[in-house]
Amino acid sequence: MTDLIRLTAAETAAKVATGEVSAVEVAQAHLDRIAEVDGGEHGGVHAFLHVDTDGALAAAKAIDGKRAAGEELGPLAGVPLAMKDVVVTRGLPTTSGSKILQGWIPPYDATITTRIKDAGIVMLGKTNMDEFAMGSSTENSAYGPTRNPWDQTKIPGGSSGGSSAAVAAFEAPLSIGTDTGGSIRQPAAVTGIVGHKPTYGAVSRYGLIAFSSSLDQAGPFARTVLDTALLYEAIAGHDPLDSTSLDVPVAPVVAAAREGANGDLAGVKVGVIRELGGEGYEPGVTAAFEAAVATLKGLGAEIVEVSCHSFDYALAAYYLIAPSECSSNLARFDAVRYGLRVGDDGNNSLEDVMSLTREAGFGPEVKRRIMIGTYALSSGYYDAYYGQAQKVRRLIADDFNKAFAQVDVLVSPTAPTVAFGIGEVLDPLTMYKNDLATLPASLAGVPAISVPAGLSEGLPVGLQIIAPTLQDDRCFKVAAAFESASPFPEIPS
Amino acid sequence: MTFATVEDVLAKYEPTFGLETHVELNTKSKMFCGCSTDFGGEPNTRTCPTCLGLPGALPAVNALAIESTIKIGLALNCSIATWCRFARKNYFYPDMPKNFQTSQYDEPLCFDGYLDVEVDGVTHRVGIERVHMEEDTGKNTHVGGATGRIHGADYSLVDFNRAGIPLIEIVTKPVPGTGALAPEVAKAYVTALRDILRTLGVSDVRMEQGSLRCDVNTSLAPLGATEWGTRTETKNVNSLRSVERAVRSEMIRQAGLLDAGQRILQETRHFQETTGETRPGRSKEEATDYRHFPELDLVPVAPAPEWVEQIRANLPELPAARRARLVESLGVSADDLQQMSNAGVVELVGETVEAGAPVAEARNWWQGYLTQQANAKEVETAELNITPAHVARVIALVADGTLSTALARQAVDGVLETGDDVDAVIAAKGLKKVSDTGALEAAADAAIAADPDAAQKIRDGKVAAVGALVGQVMKATRGQADAAAVREILLRKLGQA
Repeated sequence: MTDLIRLTAAETAAKVATGEVSAVEVAQAHLDRIAEVDGGEHGGVHAFLHVDTDGALAAAKAIDGKRAAGEELGPLAGVPLAMKDVVVTRGLPTTSGSKILQGWIPPYDATITTRIKDAGIVMLGKTNMDEFAMGSSTENSAYGPTRNPWDQTKIPGGSSGGSSAAVAAFEAPLSIGTDTGGSIRQPAAVTGIVGHKPTYGAVSRYGLIAFSSSLDQAGPFARTVLDTALLYEAIAGHDPLDSTSLDVPVAPVVAAAREGANGDLAGVKVGVIRELGGEGYEPGVTAAFEAAVATLKGLGAEIVEVSCHSFDYALAAYYLIAPSECSSNLARFDAVRYGLRVGDDGNNSLEDVMSLTREAGFGPEVKRRIMIGTYALSSGYYDAYYGQAQKVRRLIADDFNKAFAQVDVLVSPTAPTVAFGIGEVLDPLTMYKNDLATLPASLAGVPAISVPAGLSEGLPVGLQIIAPTLQDDRCFKVAAAFESASPFPEIPS
Repeated sequence: MTFATVEDVLAKYEPTFGLETHVELNTKSKMFCGCSTDFGGEPNTRTCPTCLGLPGALPAVNALAIESTIKIGLALNCSIATWCRFARKNYFYPDMPKNFQTSQYDEPLCFDGYLDVEVDGVTHRVGIERVHMEEDTGKNTHVGGATGRIHGADYSLVDFNRAGIPLIEIVTKPVPGTGALAPEVAKAYVTALRDILRTLGVSDVRMEQGSLRCDVNTSLAPLGATEWGTRTETKNVNSLRSVERAVRSEMIRQAGLLDAGQRILQETRHFQETTGETRPGRSKEEATDYRHFPELDLVPVAPAPEWVEQIRANLPELPAARRARLVESLGVSADDLQQMSNAGVVELVGETVEAGAPVAEARNWWQGYLTQQANAKEVETAELNITPAHVARVIALVADGTLSTALARQAVDGVLETGDDVDAVIAAKGLKKVSDTGALEAAADAAIAADPDAAQKIRDGKVAAVGALVGQVMKATRGQADAAAVREILLRKLGQA
């Protein structure tokens, strides 16, 4: 039975569709796996903050019922999924990794939650994350860190570290993450799985607890490129509830993944971004990346080097824009309507209760960013900080446009290092540098995918493939071709 | 010196005023979600994740609200932005679900217009700075404590039914140079604005329900000064009359301070309906930094020029144009027009005439009986619960003999009470001339028998004495008889016909 956890999502769906296995058996196998390896705050992978055993089994039973009734099932029906706790789920605790939302049970579903349920995908539970998606290691969770299945003394990346670890640890074949500056791609890279940050606006943000509205984007994790594509097609597409959702056809990523699996990249021009490599990148990461570029060349791709000078300013711009937006987005956590309330003893004023609640409910990184953002938006500083950062953002988009006039996709290492030790990086600036390679695509809103590209010091390295806006299928074609030529390292069980 | 009147103030100071008017649109749903905008309702029943500011919820713009705002902008001679954004105004308050208000900041949808208003036959142009969209807040109720305010309250209740209702803010440019007329021009502006909004059909414009709210800015500068004086912002100005009183009261108060060598604090003040004075609120000098920045959860508003032109082409006839047209069709003298204007009934008379009534009859009703009724009720004549169509129908029924003058007034009273159709009121009240000759004959005989002295005088030729007997018959028939017919019957019976 434990073999069920090793299947790909596509294989699982096929077996469920034919009745070879039941969705309930699949769900139970994964619930058993979670019970076996996930542990909790003090040990184990700790990918999950909340496991919804009853809900998962009920959803699986419904799929089996539909099959028995002869109803048509979707391409991922009966496949289990782990949901990042930043996504709102009706009736299931949703904390965004924060104490301030402890105990809140949402009365509504995010659009992607609805789409996942409609697709017959079985939600196992909610995954751990850096508080409000702010971090690169999942150490900023208010509920304790998640541990990397490759080495449980290491971080699983962040902020979607629970979702990446759950897939890498065979607790789920699919998971949902969100990426604001690299929070899908970097965890995918350091746990040796596939993670896709879609074009900004391709996936609805309705029901994603906002960190930085102009950057946040939900996307899929899986262990194969095809599974990742299947999940993307289940969640993507226009949503009238999200004004920034693009009303365009969904990029045909499943077809692109199947096409790429042929391993033919003849005629594809790949640009290596000079600024995303070299100094600041570990030698083992650089070596794995160079080998990956050689593999792409071997598949027929034409390799050119491109320069995007503005990328050097991406980190500075990002750490003004994201905190500015979060300072406003997180203002709603005020103890009035939901979540934590501290000091409401009849002696404290309303303002005192708000302050005490926010003091107790937010962790240090969240407070740091709220303060930076509040300062950057304040009267007299707006132009110098937020305004200037927006200009840098336009320059970065311009650099992408120029580069994509020359090449079909751009590549870089996903992260400058492999997974580091839990508790090892204490300085916020050093931590922020984890996002060096992923920030430009976030700031420009273009799609990018991270695929496993071998190991360094026994830990996974990621290859980032970036495509122009709405050309997510290009990411998948190149990723699938690379996967065919460079079998992904077997994740230790 | 102390300043008792506006005229005293003007000897030394020049007033400038400006108005910020908030208008609740009458769209069916809220600005950024599908919740109902109906007034009232159990607290927190007209809410959803978006207008409650639940984690993860996002706004989506109500397209009808954009269209209504463009209509207002066009009616106020504004330019319409081809591209503009919403912004977030960040501040913490429990009636603000997100702790920021989604508003427009430096990119209003409509800007740079004007509205001409007339006071005593002179036209004053009030510049319009901007017309922008925002969302209303929820409503706090502070329970316990002496003041009804948050400080000292035992607890507070928040109702979010109002949160997210579309609000339009219309901001004038500073209006200088109106001198002693400043209070009246301010009132005339709000009146004209209200009439335009009503004509456009975009708002209920009911000041008493808060769907039209005014903040009045007032400042004084010494005569001949080249810079504005420090302004105060007066809130809680909830009627047209209060607009005028608020400007007047601030002019007099500020002049007293300036004359005593004191400076004016830039502050928010609250108008007191009972005293007609203003009281200080929070000081603007310690106001919060709202940290405005673009609302990135909404895409920019970019109305296509063709759409704007289509809206312009379909605007209804605006009050000023309608008034000009009605004046022309009435064909009255300048003096008569001034009288009607002073009574505030030009449009009402014009529309009554358009509905088929003769000018003289229409004026007679509106400037006579209906103005008296309005005065008795302490409302504007235009605010009476009766329309020109009602009045035209009454006039027609008098003309064809269906109603006597006395019955016509009873019919009008019925309309004022109920707002029903004239014919429905007549049916309900049984207002019909008594044309049953038998009944009138009997009533006449009874009147003659009851007053033998009067009867004898008439028989002796003193025909004028018949008035008393006619009055008796009319009383007996509760005014429903035709007085002329009664008179004829009485005279016949007493040998004088």
